[in-house]
Amino acid sequence: MWKWLHSYADPQKAYKLSGTLLPWFATLAFLFIGVGSIWGLLFAPVDYQQGDSYRIIFIHVPAASMSMSAYMAMATSAFIGLVWQIKSADWAAAAIAPIGAVVTFIALITGAAWGKPMWGTWWVWDARLTSELVLLFLYLGVISLYASFEDKVLAARAAGILAIVGVINIPIIKYSVEWWNSLHQPATIKITEKSSMAPEMLYPLLINILGFGLMIGAITLIRFRAEILARNGMRPWVRELAKAEGVK
Amino acid sequence: MVEEKTATTLVSADNLTCIREERILFDELSFDIQAGEIVQIEGPNGAGKTSLLRILAGLSRPYAGEAKYKGTDITRCRDEYNDDLLYLGHLAGVKSELTAEENLNFNLRISGYDDFETNQILAKVNLSGFEEALAGHLSAGQHRRTALARLWHTNCKVWLLDEPFTAIDKKGVEELEHLFLQHAQNGGCVIMTTHQDMSIIGDDILRKIRLDYRFI
Amino acid sequence: MNKGISFTQAFFTLLKRDLKIAIRHKGDIFNPLLFFILVVTLFPLGIGPEPQVLTRVAPGIIWVAALLASMLSLERLFKADFADGSLEQMLLSPQPLSLMVLAKVLAHWLLTGVPLILVAPLLAVLLHLEANSYGALMATLALGTPVLSLLGAIGVALTVGLRKGGVLLSLLILPLYIPVLIFATSAIDAAGLNLPYSGHLAIIGAMLVGSLILAPFAIGASLRVSTN
Repeated sequence: MWKWLHSYADPQKAYKLSGTLLPWFATLAFLFIGVGSIWGLLFAPVDYQQGDSYRIIFIHVPAASMSMSAYMAMATSAFIGLVWQIKSADWAAAAIAPIGAVVTFIALITGAAWGKPMWGTWWVWDARLTSELVLLFLYLGVISLYASFEDKVLAARAAGILAIVGVINIPIIKYSVEWWNSLHQPATIKITEKSSMAPEMLYPLLINILGFGLMIGAITLIRFRAEILARNGMRPWVRELAKAEGVK
Repeated sequence: MVEEKTATTLVSADNLTCIREERILFDELSFDIQAGEIVQIEGPNGAGKTSLLRILAGLSRPYAGEAKYKGTDITRCRDEYNDDLLYLGHLAGVKSELTAEENLNFNLRISGYDDFETNQILAKVNLSGFEEALAGHLSAGQHRRTALARLWHTNCKVWLLDEPFTAIDKKGVEELEHLFLQHAQNGGCVIMTTHQDMSIIGDDILRKIRLDYRFI
Repeated sequence: MNKGISFTQAFFTLLKRDLKIAIRHKGDIFNPLLFFILVVTLFPLGIGPEPQVLTRVAPGIIWVAALLASMLSLERLFKADFADGSLEQMLLSPQPLSLMVLAKVLAHWLLTGVPLILVAPLLAVLLHLEANSYGALMATLALGTPVLSLLGAIGVALTVGLRKGGVLLSLLILPLYIPVLIFATSAIDAAGLNLPYSGHLAIIGAMLVGSLILAPFAIGASLRVSTN
């Protein structure tokens, strides 16, 4: 297992592998998000309570569920980089961070837009909203730590350590925020997740969640490839690649 | 013959590559340093002399390749290596708020020694009478001597010294050279960078490793 | 030459050195404390002097101020050692790095955390804290501030080599402080209502144990990156 992993620690091989994977991820992401969104926005039935405004869940729920998964992926990658001293893994973690932050931001914004017609206010200190906000801060911490180092090899290692520390804290933060919320939450406002969702609503939602995952994967691969090229600019294979592409 | 050689190799570089701010300082550098050797790493400013010493000390991680201690990657035998390593950088951890004696006392104790007379060691680096002076009030040379005093009380085999002669007068340099020779004869090795000429350690004894400034 | 120093002796050697340096450099102790007092004084000026309002928000104010003071004082934890090369020597010493790191954090907490705990009741009087809450305030500060020091030290270790530390540091560590803040303030609230708060203390205690075990490794790994 680790022998296999190590062979992809070599930046050139990692670059090639991610190049092979990228079209698959990109095509599938387009397909899934296209089908899921059109189905969800145009053909899924109207909710009898919330009317058409519920349709924002086809963006909101995938973004919210992927925001946490992206953090997990980043921390896992950083952990591999730290323990087995694989630089490519550190770079992958650094590549995921901004995407995760944007997805978290989308989840917050769509949540606020949904909250306005539903609860009559843009923001409530709901447990889920609050932990999503904290998650955004954790992402921003990783991003700005990475940006602060001049030497990007070090930057990726430092950001990786922070991501791992963050991932240990996420369950604690989540638990404490939920507990805090149950103390302070006024009973009038409550997000009621409907226990049973009509399958015509559920399927496009699941398709979109998968599509979001694939899209994050695709963008990560693009950023990861750019990261490898930027870190290895003086390596002969990158120079040859640049020559073949006709750069300079 | 081969066996004998490997038995006494203390520190080795195995295809070390160092990249700083997108510039290659050195690429696939390999060498072995035996017990009894005094090695000078030479080269112009910016060639990566300090970076090489820091990689050999285990402070920096090389971009590729391994620094080895007795044939094992130093990241895998850090405790053992640290026990046998004395590294003095440009700044060698002398606290301005502490006296010369307190500094030496702390440095030796944290290195694990508990049987020393700070007064005697400080006398060897001509700091008698300055034991109670705050390091912040000492001259640059005296400050440097406070750091170097550790060399007189150590059983570490591997000495990595970055510009040890900076701010040291001629007589002091000679004393250090004698100490290096003695250390090498006792089976240790000295790896250092310096811009100063040495008078006692001649070219016949001194081994040089040259790093050149590279433009890409 | 005899290497006869045990881990405990090495721990106390470093602890004593840090305390000695701080005592010769008194500003490091008093400035965070003054900051703590000042921030707390600003709140009544901002919110208004009504005792009922202040009583309601006192636990939050004291704890948020403690969070900020702890973070600000931590910034200097490794700075001087980094600048004069002591940090490199610490990384290369034959003693276990996590032990050395723990000694430094403990020294720092003794110098900045303990004075903060001692001055807190005084500030609580100014904020009209519920009379029942004093015990909880002291207990949560005693258990919580070491957690702040340990978690904060990770952020400090990551940023010690950077020129612009301050604002970045707050972004890195304040989110990690949230659980301590939540449980500490609700313990004080619960005490004010004469409810039991030992459960809250137990959770903060668990955080303390957890961070005592895990944080030194994270701090050590971060320092190795920062000195690279």
